[in-house]
Amino acid sequence: MTASTSDLPGADPILAGAVRPDTTSTEERAAQRERLRLLLRSKVFVVGALIVLVWVVCAIFGDAIAPNDPFATDPLKDLTSPNGTYPFGTDRVGRDVLSRVIVGARDILIVAPIATILATVFGTALGLVTGYFRGAVDNMLSRFIDAFLALPTVIIGLLAIVSLGPSRWTVILVIALVFAPIIARTVRAAVLQEREMEYVSAAQLRNERTTYILFAEILPNVMGPVMVEFTVRLGYAIFTVATLSFLGFGIQPPAPDWGLQVFEHYGLISGGYWWPVLFPALAIATLVIGVNMMADGIAKAFER
Amino acid sequence: MKRFIATRILLSIVTLLILSILVFVASQVLPGNVARNILGPLADQASVDELNSQLGTDRSLVVQYWDWVTGLLTGDMGTSAIQQRSVFDIIGDSVVNSAKLALLAFLIVVPLAILGGVYAALKEGTLRDRTISLGGLSATAVPDFVWAVLLIVIFPLGLGIFKPTATAPPGSNVFEQVYYLILPAICLVFVLFGYIARMARAGTLEALDADYTRTAIIKGLPQRTVVRQHVLRNSLLPTIAVVATQIGYMIGGLVVIELIFNYNGLGKALFEAAQRKDIPVLQTGVLLVGVVYLVATLAADILYSVLNPRVRLGSES
Repeated sequence: MTASTSDLPGADPILAGAVRPDTTSTEERAAQRERLRLLLRSKVFVVGALIVLVWVVCAIFGDAIAPNDPFATDPLKDLTSPNGTYPFGTDRVGRDVLSRVIVGARDILIVAPIATILATVFGTALGLVTGYFRGAVDNMLSRFIDAFLALPTVIIGLLAIVSLGPSRWTVILVIALVFAPIIARTVRAAVLQEREMEYVSAAQLRNERTTYILFAEILPNVMGPVMVEFTVRLGYAIFTVATLSFLGFGIQPPAPDWGLQVFEHYGLISGGYWWPVLFPALAIATLVIGVNMMADGIAKAFER
Repeated sequence: MKRFIATRILLSIVTLLILSILVFVASQVLPGNVARNILGPLADQASVDELNSQLGTDRSLVVQYWDWVTGLLTGDMGTSAIQQRSVFDIIGDSVVNSAKLALLAFLIVVPLAILGGVYAALKEGTLRDRTISLGGLSATAVPDFVWAVLLIVIFPLGLGIFKPTATAPPGSNVFEQVYYLILPAICLVFVLFGYIARMARAGTLEALDADYTRTAIIKGLPQRTVVRQHVLRNSLLPTIAVVATQIGYMIGGLVVIELIFNYNGLGKALFEAAQRKDIPVLQTGVLLVGVVYLVATLAADILYSVLNPRVRLGSES
């Protein structure tokens, strides 16, 4: 059993066969350095990280970078097509689309990571508990998770909007609620393998408290899958934030949020006014792809 | 075998029961006073009370839940107080529309993605494999409404072909309807291709590696025969599951695509119900989306177990 666990996906190879995780801390550090080296050598990861970095810079320094005031309306210049002064054109009330796209990085880059962190914390705790106890607790929680996952995220968003009203926090809550069970499933699978390891039975024999075994013994050994899940879910979270703000559930006008910009102008697109819709849509697409490329690189680095 | 199917059905019913409670709590309990929501904050208390007693929303929650569920079981979905129409009519029309779009999209994407996945697996590790795998995944990662926007900008606006709205004029024949539906369907192809192709590729790789394939090759069968008779059949198994899980998303989950293409599917109907706080339509529609998903995954599991004896035996031991 111990010999083969190192081949299992997600199991940390250096810990296979180790009775106590803390005796291997120098090896652990070496493994982390190795992973970082692998990451930086991966072209997919580096390109993804650069794309995300551009948007992070926009989010932080957007006000300084944006050529115009993203909120300044000008009824005389509404729906100007892209030209020298306005490379991305202006929207239906004459606001500069380029400036709004630049500043619009901020909202989504605050909401999506918060939601993903919450989901990861909930999901990991849930996965640890269900994987460790199995039996009745696991069965009951699994049915709830199944019931939840039967609905598409947007539909859960619709229910949340009716029951909680539109706000940034509704979006965060919806994403955390939907993603936590998915993360829990992955963590649970990893915990099911870990709980058979000798270091767990050793801790049980030492009469350690269950919370100690869960969070101090098992958790460090399932951090690999947790990290991978976090980055993968972050990509989906950005996608979902954009979708929910498109539906008017989250960030409210006149915020320059990307999804909101698409929502405010999609009705005009068949009239030929494509620029206030296309550029924010492309911004969403590049950010999602960037995060996914990073996630891909991280997953590969943890697999070795 | 029978026991596996019976357990699986029983579990689905339990899940459905929990789902109905979750939907009821979210749509009816959390928003509070139903009549007040319909009439607005300015209405006087007497008319709010009267509407509540008319709608039956002044009764205890347990009674209301029981009424709703037994109504659904006997085919009575109730009426929408806001639209003054039966919920069955509102949802029925939109489900038919959603099903049309889903059918068209599946007809295009399933063969295409299986072909792509199997081809990628046969060329494993080459540039072609990487192009199909990475391209498919990147397409999947892009939000559906970004594809919708891009397609509208390129086709109706740029090239002047296809329609930016998916609703065909009344009385259109099948071909005209398909012409109107083609852009949202292509959107879904982009969204789904990566998922299905990845499953088909993984299934094919596993089948290529299996003992029976090796035996067939050692027996001296030509590659074409080995692929068709041994590999393809087994590689399609995991693909069934992924197609099934996507049906729930196709029927009801396409809110954004249906809004952008102005198509009266279930997603748009549910969005409008949520906006107007049309609770009867919302809760029954949402439950229906869940039922579609549960039935589809149940059917896929049963089909999978019939086709693959390893699953069946494994679960019984």
